[in-house]
Amino acid sequence: MNLVKKRKVKNIIALSVSVFAAIIGLFWLVFILSSVLVKGISSINLSLFLNDPAPPGIPGGGLRCAFVGQAIITVIATVIGVPIGIFGGTFLAEYGRNKKYTAVISSLADMMTSFPSIVVGVFVYTIMVRPMGHFNGYAGAVALAIIMIPIIVRTTEETLKLIPWEVREAAFALGAPYYKVIKDIVYRSAITGLFTGILLAVARVAVETAPLLFTSFNNSFLTLNPNQPMPSLTVTIYQYAMGPYKEWHKLAWGASFVIVLFVLVLSILGRWIISKRYGSE
Amino acid sequence: MNEILIEVRNLSFYYGENRVLKDISMGVSKNMVTALIGPSGCGKTTFLRCFNRMHDLYKGNRYEGEIIYNGENILRAHDLIKLRSKIGMVFQRPTPFPMSIFDNVAYGLKLKGIKKRSEIEAIVEKSLMEAALWDEVKDKLNSPATSLSGGQQQRLVIARTLAVEPDIILFDEPTSALDPIATSKIEDLIKHLKDITTVLIVTHNMQQAARISEYTAFMFRGELIEFDKTENIFTNPKEELTEKYITGRFG
Repeated sequence: MNLVKKRKVKNIIALSVSVFAAIIGLFWLVFILSSVLVKGISSINLSLFLNDPAPPGIPGGGLRCAFVGQAIITVIATVIGVPIGIFGGTFLAEYGRNKKYTAVISSLADMMTSFPSIVVGVFVYTIMVRPMGHFNGYAGAVALAIIMIPIIVRTTEETLKLIPWEVREAAFALGAPYYKVIKDIVYRSAITGLFTGILLAVARVAVETAPLLFTSFNNSFLTLNPNQPMPSLTVTIYQYAMGPYKEWHKLAWGASFVIVLFVLVLSILGRWIISKRYGSE
Repeated sequence: MNEILIEVRNLSFYYGENRVLKDISMGVSKNMVTALIGPSGCGKTTFLRCFNRMHDLYKGNRYEGEIIYNGENILRAHDLIKLRSKIGMVFQRPTPFPMSIFDNVAYGLKLKGIKKRSEIEAIVEKSLMEAALWDEVKDKLNSPATSLSGGQQQRLVIARTLAVEPDIILFDEPTSALDPIATSKIEDLIKHLKDITTVLIVTHNMQQAARISEYTAFMFRGELIEFDKTENIFTNPKEELTEKYITGRFG
């Protein structure tokens, strides 16, 4: 009886500690999210999206140029990163299966996903910005793509490995060559997983600041030419939040609100696709 | 006697240094059902997978001996794609492709380069009828294949294999993942398949071998112990080992 009581007391202690730890973690998350949402939502208005920044100290103005720049950089990064990531992951899961170097590349890609992104920024600065002579949007996109690739490589590899090997054998047994097995059978089975991996990778790079500071830098004017310095939401937030003007702070909160919402929606969408796909089967 | 479609001569097979099939010789009769039985790990599935060179997908395997088909040694064939379109295979668990019922059956035809829609449609219908699935799916050919039940999926896979008109179909325990009703449907189907093709089937289930096959090969530890007409194997086996196995004294 005494023993049972002891266990119950231990159980209550363990439960309380866990709940307390969870509450601490959740508190900050809710605190950050709610302050961004509360302070940000008051800065949300049409002029935020339609106007370019006003000169410092003058009220009004918006961040149109940063939204456009962010969109262009992210799209170019996705166009570069997705095919390389998918093909790389395909190689690891299919052609390089059971090879020793595959495990090494996989672990390296895992390390790359938690690589300091500022180092990627400096790296791209060296190989692109210096030779080209000026900050530019392409360099920013390449930096983001470099961050994206290992994420997509790993999600692709893991997704493809989930497809039962027997299904591939069945296609081989019909006389299909390997590339057709991958294209017709494996990718089709894995399409939602691949898509989710891409969504999460886009959500990850869309909030990166450090790699852009050294590459696309910033621009107070709207530009559609990625060969020029390009503004982005994150760098703009960084700059405006540090700035001395109240209007800048307000715009930074607005931009934070939009970017947090964007990532939230992408993540929820990704999770929803996963649960819809794997929960119903 | 009947016509031999495939002749196995002194076949040995190695996984690395490990010799898992030892000097097997037997013939597979055309338009007959030949069953491979034996305890787990006796090499019957390994043997089956030699016929369409499935082992070539993995490194470190080696064949010795010959499997003669159409006057040529399968083990020396270079065009595996052509070989596998003539030697079909159905696996333990149903393997529907992630596409519609129609596209599943049409997949092998597209691999063969048949493009004419009307021709494909005709073959798909014929194959589904031969696999005894047509009546159940004719109104939902565009539904995903995964919406079918396990037994239906297995018959769909058989239809997909039949569509490319193979000379022989290799079955690797095709009913081990199915319930008794679905199993009996597949067995009926296999009995009828010998009218249009030849069947080589691995089964764990001795009653199944007795029910559906004309010839039975009993394997043990990588060796072919006895190969004879099914009725002889089950009523009057020559080898003591065979008798012990079919009477359930080991295995």
